[in-house]
Amino acid sequence: MSEPTEYEEHEHHEDDAHHIVGPPVYVVILIALLIGTALTVWASFIDLGFWNPIIALAIATTKATLVVLFFMHVWYSTKLTKLTVGAAVFMFLTLISMTLADYISRAWGSW
Amino acid sequence: MSDTIVNLPDQSTARIPKMNYLSRENGILSWLLTGDHKRIAILYLISITFFFFIGGALAGLIRLELLTPQADLMATDTYNKVFSMHGIIMIFLFLVPSVPATLGNFFIPMMIGAKDLALPKINLLSWYLYVIGGIMVLYTMMSGGVDTGWTFTTPLSTHYVNTNVVTTGLAVFVAGFSSVFTGLNFIVTIHKMRAPGMTWFRLPLFVWANYSASILMVLGTPVLAITIVLVMLERTMGIGVFDPTKGGDPVLFQHLFWFYSHPAVYIMILPGMGVISETISTFSRKRVFGYTAVAFSSVAIAVFSFFVWAHHMFIMGISNYSMLVFSLMTMLVAVPSAIKIFNWTFTLYKGSITFETPMLYTFGFMGLFTIGGLTGVFLGSSGTDIHLTETYFIVAHFHFVMVGGMLMAFLAGIHFWWPKMTGRMYPEKISQLAALITFIGFNLTFFPQFILGMLGMPRRYAAYPPEFQVLNVFSTAGATVLGVGYLLPVLYLVWSLKYGEIAGDNPWQATGLEWQTQSPPLTENFIETPIMDHEAYDYEWLENQKEKEVASAG
Amino acid sequence: MPDSSAIDHGAEQAAAHTGQAHDEHPAYLRHHFNSTEQQADTTNFAMWLFLVTEVMFFGGLFTAYLIYRNWYYPAFVAGSHQLNVIWGTLNTLVLICSSFTMAMGVWCAETGRRRGLVLCLILTLTLGLGFLGIKTIEYSEKIEKHHVPGFHYSLQSFTNPESDPEIFKEYHDKPLATDMAVHTEVYFSLYFAMTGMHALHMIIGIGILTFMIFRARAGAYTTGHVTFVENFGLYWHFVDIIWIYLFALLYLISRHGT
Repeated sequence: MSEPTEYEEHEHHEDDAHHIVGPPVYVVILIALLIGTALTVWASFIDLGFWNPIIALAIATTKATLVVLFFMHVWYSTKLTKLTVGAAVFMFLTLISMTLADYISRAWGSW
Repeated sequence: MSDTIVNLPDQSTARIPKMNYLSRENGILSWLLTGDHKRIAILYLISITFFFFIGGALAGLIRLELLTPQADLMATDTYNKVFSMHGIIMIFLFLVPSVPATLGNFFIPMMIGAKDLALPKINLLSWYLYVIGGIMVLYTMMSGGVDTGWTFTTPLSTHYVNTNVVTTGLAVFVAGFSSVFTGLNFIVTIHKMRAPGMTWFRLPLFVWANYSASILMVLGTPVLAITIVLVMLERTMGIGVFDPTKGGDPVLFQHLFWFYSHPAVYIMILPGMGVISETISTFSRKRVFGYTAVAFSSVAIAVFSFFVWAHHMFIMGISNYSMLVFSLMTMLVAVPSAIKIFNWTFTLYKGSITFETPMLYTFGFMGLFTIGGLTGVFLGSSGTDIHLTETYFIVAHFHFVMVGGMLMAFLAGIHFWWPKMTGRMYPEKISQLAALITFIGFNLTFFPQFILGMLGMPRRYAAYPPEFQVLNVFSTAGATVLGVGYLLPVLYLVWSLKYGEIAGDNPWQATGLEWQTQSPPLTENFIETPIMDHEAYDYEWLENQKEKEVASAG
Repeated sequence: MPDSSAIDHGAEQAAAHTGQAHDEHPAYLRHHFNSTEQQADTTNFAMWLFLVTEVMFFGGLFTAYLIYRNWYYPAFVAGSHQLNVIWGTLNTLVLICSSFTMAMGVWCAETGRRRGLVLCLILTLTLGLGFLGIKTIEYSEKIEKHHVPGFHYSLQSFTNPESDPEIFKEYHDKPLATDMAVHTEVYFSLYFAMTGMHALHMIIGIGILTFMIFRARAGAYTTGHVTFVENFGLYWHFVDIIWIYLFALLYLISRHGT
């Protein structure tokens, strides 16, 4: 082939994005997700006050993270892919937090 | 006065190259089903010009109405529809796609040394989505238009008007996806398809600017999409999400709307700034001063633009704390733009400046964008904004940055790259005249509006107090001049397609990979993949190239 | 941890390049790309960017939900009690399993297992249809009880919880005052908007899956050109992730409120 493109030179020393993830990993993650689901449903039956939403969202985030890292192969991906995922999360959090900041600082509860 | 840098081949022997992207295939289907980024760019150019003139006609109607203090030319409801459609068409169907979809599409692959964009079919899909959105807007206009303003503010748009909010919303939704796919395509292309040796910091600044704008398109536009969906659901099914009587909050609509619409203004201006980087370097024969700073400032503008949206909402009932935060962030976002202006100015210093048409538009941009941008800082200060918002000061501000800034940059780019796209030069004298007419017309139209705003004339009103009439008459007179200034390029550019001088590969003697190929380019852009071995804006490299050519020809 | 027993996918590419004539590009290599690696990597990145836009698209709905749940907490609690946790859990399990089968499908494509791929895709499709079936059951319940905003919306279940014996048995909610009960309509608006948008994405996914099953049977994805399956897998997992959050937010976090 002719000289490698800038793309190829750059990607050379990144993680091998063509790494094939096999069934053992997937089965482990599946079991983890099923356990997580059981856990979160069980926790929702118990009245823990303000902890309920926190626990539920924490478990949901853990499950989502497992799906992203292993089912969607981000654990094995290039830095660029990881950066892209990070950018999405960051932008989503910006939308929520800055909008919420307005509402929190504005006569909260007086409607 | 300095000479021109234009260097055309001998006209008696020069010919348009037989094999080029235009002559490669014929027939309407070869255009409508093309994957060639250059053809898609031309398709976009024709479409957006069409919509520009419709938006322009609407602007003419606005200015005609505002000649007199009374609402005598049209009913106030009609006036509301006219300015709303003007805004919607100009923003979504002209400004947002202007430079990216035409010049970006055409030149980004060439500038990075690639054969095409990463996803040619998605590129074509983008154009079709644009056309469908445009047709839907036309349909809306013909079935009575929408009168909420382009901002669709709730609860007016959801509960109090009986006009085509849903159709227009749908049209904008579709056109928005056109924008998302274009941005997505650019980001992928710039990351993955650069030629050997084309590192990030050897890219033309035009590429950096479009890359930053593309990030905004990808991250911001979907929020507009979901907001429109919610408005449509509110109107059709009364879901209550923005309805105060059901406990919804109209201000939430504004948060979600402006979360996109503020970055949208940077989507509009950044590609124009990219053009300016190219023209200012070429017409001062000098490297852009502070390449790294300009490149990073593009990205900084993109990132910061996401943190300032509520400066459009200072009077809408947001908290004082929010006003503080968003006002502060607005001050910060002005800094990278200012860095660019300074760097472009320093590029001029000790450069060999010539005044071809693209450079005239560039100078126009520098002055007018500076004024527009400065007035943006005034508006970013929440105390001042409370007095000036919803007046003509705002109208003047955004027309200075969008028309005096962006549209001038677009015209600079069109003139600069016209010889490359078509193989022909436009007639220089008339184009310089048109640039001058545009500049004069623009100032006459919009400068009085700053004063009107300061004096308190509200925006979006068909009738106004008689003491504002004189300034309004100036403004309308200016609009007439401006219209001439915009009509002329269409005429002489079309003329040049048949009668313009043959341009040759590099009439401006510019650096940049696109200038090292034939005009018009081949479909595959390059005969063999170029290898980038020099920095951007390297005029010494260009000199060496020319010497090599002379040596080998002899 | 890396799976060392996987067949080396790269070997196929190497075999294609060594020793043969210069122009032996696979049929699926588009001409503006230099190599299949570049093409695969580029399209993968493009799909990730598309998913970023989807995150922001759903993000607007999540923002609205967050704010209104905090504003109208009692109404949101009452509304949430109308949702059946059993159906919700079942849906979650169904989708998680479908993500598993989809991931396995990608593995089959990458390792050239044509029949395995078809099986996995069919399983994914079936599970997806199962999800939609359960959703249909839930939605028809809402329609029966007049809990669809804008369509004869009824406050009966909230101002007089005892009129809804099944729910009352489980939660023993106190009656809401009318001005708070009215806000349950906002809850259901967001419920339908969020789950409806999610279901729309599922339907599109199922459509594409159907197409893929036919192509997979013809061997289109098991001869080296796996990117379509991989990228669709990303989309499918993303839809699963959205549901994971919807399940938590709509079904679970408001089960205990005062």
